[in-house]
Amino acid sequence: MTFEELNKIKKNRLDQIAVRFEEQFTDRYSILVCSSTGCDSSHCGDVFSALKSEVEKLGLGKKCEVVKVDCFGFCVQGPVVVVCPGDVFYCKVKKEDAKEIVSSHIKSNKVVDRLVFHDQDGKLYRKMMEIPFYNNQKMIARLNAGKIDPNSLEDYIAVDGYQALFKILKNNNPQAVVDEITKSGLRGRGGAGFPTGKKWQFAKDNESLTKFVICNGDEGDPGAFMDRSIIEGNPHCIIEAMAIAGFAIGAKNGIVYVRAEYPIASKRIKVAIEQARNMGLLGTNIFDTGFDFDIDVKLGAGAFVCGEETSLIKSCEGKRGEPYKKPPYPAEKGCQGFPTIINNVETLANIPTIIRNGYEWFEKFGTESSKGTKVFSVTGKVKNTGLVELPMGMNLRDVVFGMGGGILNDKKFKGVQMGGPSGGCVCEKDLDTKIDYENLKNIGTMMGSGGMIVLDDSTCMVDLAKFFLEFTCDESCGKCTPCRIGNRRLLEILTKICDGKGEMKDLAELEDLSKYIKNNSLCGLGQTSPNPVLSTLEKFRDEYVEHVKEKKCRAGVCKKLIKYEINQDKCVGCSMCARNCPVSAISGQVGKKYLISQEICVKCGKCFSVCKFNAVEKK
Amino acid sequence: MEKITVFIDGKKCLCEKRQTILDVAKECHISIPTLCYLKDVINESSCRICACEDEKGALVTACSTFVYDGMSVRTNTDKVIDSRKKTLELLLSTHHKDCDNCQKNGYCRLQDLFYKYDIEEKFSINKTPHEIDSSSPCVVRDLNKCILCGRCQNVCSKTQTVNALCKQNRGYVTKMGCPFDETLAKTDCVGCGQCSLVCPTGAIVENSEIDKVEKELQNPDVYLTCQVAPSVRVSLAEAFGEEIGTFDEGRMVSALHMLGFKKVFDINMGADFTVVEEATELLERLKTKKNLPLFSSCCPAWFRFVENFYPEFLKNMSSCKSPTEMLGSIVKNYYGQKEHIERTKMKVVGIMPCTAKKLERNRGDDVDYVLTTRELARLIKKHDIDYLHLKPELFDIPLSYYSGAGLIFGATGGVTEAVLRYVSKLVCKDEAHVEFETVRKAEGIKEATIKAGDLKLDLCVVSGLGNARHVLEQIKNGEKHFDFMEVMACPGGCVNGGGQNWVDFSKTEVQNVKESRADSIYKHDKEMKERESGQNLDLKKIYRDFFIPSPEKAHELLHYKH
Repeated sequence: MTFEELNKIKKNRLDQIAVRFEEQFTDRYSILVCSSTGCDSSHCGDVFSALKSEVEKLGLGKKCEVVKVDCFGFCVQGPVVVVCPGDVFYCKVKKEDAKEIVSSHIKSNKVVDRLVFHDQDGKLYRKMMEIPFYNNQKMIARLNAGKIDPNSLEDYIAVDGYQALFKILKNNNPQAVVDEITKSGLRGRGGAGFPTGKKWQFAKDNESLTKFVICNGDEGDPGAFMDRSIIEGNPHCIIEAMAIAGFAIGAKNGIVYVRAEYPIASKRIKVAIEQARNMGLLGTNIFDTGFDFDIDVKLGAGAFVCGEETSLIKSCEGKRGEPYKKPPYPAEKGCQGFPTIINNVETLANIPTIIRNGYEWFEKFGTESSKGTKVFSVTGKVKNTGLVELPMGMNLRDVVFGMGGGILNDKKFKGVQMGGPSGGCVCEKDLDTKIDYENLKNIGTMMGSGGMIVLDDSTCMVDLAKFFLEFTCDESCGKCTPCRIGNRRLLEILTKICDGKGEMKDLAELEDLSKYIKNNSLCGLGQTSPNPVLSTLEKFRDEYVEHVKEKKCRAGVCKKLIKYEINQDKCVGCSMCARNCPVSAISGQVGKKYLISQEICVKCGKCFSVCKFNAVEKK
Repeated sequence: MEKITVFIDGKKCLCEKRQTILDVAKECHISIPTLCYLKDVINESSCRICACEDEKGALVTACSTFVYDGMSVRTNTDKVIDSRKKTLELLLSTHHKDCDNCQKNGYCRLQDLFYKYDIEEKFSINKTPHEIDSSSPCVVRDLNKCILCGRCQNVCSKTQTVNALCKQNRGYVTKMGCPFDETLAKTDCVGCGQCSLVCPTGAIVENSEIDKVEKELQNPDVYLTCQVAPSVRVSLAEAFGEEIGTFDEGRMVSALHMLGFKKVFDINMGADFTVVEEATELLERLKTKKNLPLFSSCCPAWFRFVENFYPEFLKNMSSCKSPTEMLGSIVKNYYGQKEHIERTKMKVVGIMPCTAKKLERNRGDDVDYVLTTRELARLIKKHDIDYLHLKPELFDIPLSYYSGAGLIFGATGGVTEAVLRYVSKLVCKDEAHVEFETVRKAEGIKEATIKAGDLKLDLCVVSGLGNARHVLEQIKNGEKHFDFMEVMACPGGCVNGGGQNWVDFSKTEVQNVKESRADSIYKHDKEMKERESGQNLDLKKIYRDFFIPSPEKAHELLHYKH
């Protein structure tokens, strides 16, 4: 392909899809249906088919396109359908709604107000960008999110795709590319925040003739799905970025390592690679500049530890995914012994835009030490769950209470777990911290891959630590002693505390062992695995003490520490509880008072939830 | 090379850049405990016991951290000791501490560290027992004692390229298993026992036959003889506190007599028989130019390796039985006949440096039991024999006299040199060569071209199965051609056999052990009067009296029936 051909495709396609970017009414429409995993699980496919057949039934095919696009980010409202021009945002669309959308909106240009977003006060938001969730977002990594068809190379080209690759190939100065990235201040979005340009420079300076560029798409943190959505939504962007990286460091081979649990993502990246190859955007002599680059896809076999770069390399080589000691760093000796750079999906997604717009443009966003934006997946006990991309430097309170819309059911905020099982908990007093790598570290947590799990007062912090530790225990590769055995012992102590058998000396032991594991483990997984314990122990020590001394779980989560009792004053003898009890622990006669036998009770909470008179009390 | 300065515990050490903290500490006689590290085989820093504190107060693993100029490391701060203690406590929490009944008792690195760091059970956990895998006649794997250091796996896959061991599962339930979670007997395991040699705990030990042998020793209806392999005599005494490589025949024979063996014979003589037979076979094959190179067949692990991985080369294998089988056969057929002992009553115990011999034993009925060097040491200790103060005794006639050629079978290159001595004598008569230094060196692959009269022989001497695989591939691809190839499965040959005495690899390295024992053998060879198998008078007599009158017997008793 030549530059002229690329621009021709761009122009043609842009004409066709212009309506997607229009604000004002035109004679054409575009119905964009989210097709990423979140909406897919709520049957967006059916909605898409229904819309399509409805459009055809009414003979509107020429006037209106129906397209599957990538994620809009507001996953809790899925399946999401956006109608352009004007970005009218329809939430929780069912296939039955298709008829109304088409006949009203497309045919008569009348927005279906029933389906647009309403906040809890009943206020109605027709336009996507007016919704508070989208308020402060800045799309760089997720540029064009919701506007392009992930399966269409032309769509990507239409929005300046592969222009960056052409630009650097034409300039033919690899060092300039590395410098551009270095100056932009881009840091790794996978967790540790290592400067990307520096990493590239190391690999570039190596004289080896064979080098590798690996895209790390092994996103495994519970509650994180940024990378998935980027690969699913804009696979060509990753391909372009990898080719740019390849040119910059002098590599001809790329590997996209994506977890097999992401079937849509792995399929789309494979399709995209094939398309790019067919168009001559991958392979030999790209843009007639003599630059060769090709990409393979490697599916991860379900090990969290393979997100750690040295394990990922082992896994790429077909070996057991176990980390090894650094140095030598991958940039010196990585995949098959050759210099390798491993960049996270989100990091790469920033690259084409930086190259197109220049480092000065990128630098404008973010804080002194952390430039650009960061994508977070906001989940947990928050009203608006989904993906948000924020400029660095925003404060956490705005994310949780602004975009997130506050705590679900207006309960009390307790904390935000950031950085997944490697991170720590942010509590109320630190909520005004400005998000960047250093600040988060200072308040005892980390950027991590960008998972943000919001917790309310129904969360038991001891149980939370236990949950994350269970995860790391399962996911430890089993190579080094501290992580393999230490974490398990740690988990046993936590279980003991949750079971009400803890002693005060266990708290000291928890802290001791956690520090040992942190200081002695071989890889990042082990070194960070006790963080949830240390962080909750520091910030919510009173809860631990309560569990140990008073044998009490204030959140009512630790089953062995709670009991259900029937308030004899309130009980009307309706027998509802007794009939619903799965273990027949409740005895009594209709019309008289009922009683729960504590010996038989398994604390499932069924009686508590079925009692209409609030007679069942949790203590 | 440019020297740099490193401070370990305040001591100034001059060293080179590409050295690890552990390397430098060793040179400076500063001891750092290790469990998983094994020079040239594994430095994965998985056990974390070698943790040291650097100048920033961070804990670094000595085995895998490279030094830099001006680096300062402390190996014994409170932080370090505390870390090591915790590591050991954690290891103990999964380890079935069954020291009293453990074969490794007294040789166990872990036990040693538990003692040194004063470790007690801290966590009360139900240790779910793993099933013990005793499916292989060679080694027994007891995962209840395994600390997942990975030494066995690395020696099996990297050094030997057999890949019979691999990790299964992950996290806390990770275990060192066999592919597809099979038992060891169902894998490609060749029985070399190198895994049992390097295991720092009692998780892999030989499949002991001590009980069976003891029972036979008590049985009045059995005429039990034993025979000792060449390299056992340079390793056994180590178990009683002598230096590595101490040559000790006399006390060993004396102890064996005390244990109750009717006769103690010497496999060195069997080796002399092997030389005569194998050299004859070589000369025949050279004449017909068929099935070259001729492969030595003394090493049962090598034999099994070819069967498992390169069956197309089986035709190259020498038809000669191994020295111990030859001698067993001679004991049962010639000696028994001569002494009028009933064939059914005779039982032979081979005392070998090798676990694979336990596998080989099942091929025929020449040898009934195999004890490794370690088992013999344990048997002697069990019977409370004061080994160090025994009066030396001689092997029993008529199967005891040996030439230097028979003795050097114990080290890599020995078989080749022995055959060369014999062939050289045959061809060049009085001008024959005796010393063939080129095949003795410590490298894993040695190639040589030897001339004897008109005869020109291309030879290859290999030790370590990974090296053997490399050479076999070269032969297969037509890159290399040899007339004779000697392979010993264990690196360094039988002196470093899988059944040899356990050595503390944190104090000395495999390389030193191999060399000390081989040196001891060659030193003794040099002092011998007869150094070529053909000069062995007792051997000549047996040929004259027994085999020459009926040549078919030689073939039947000394060769495999393929």
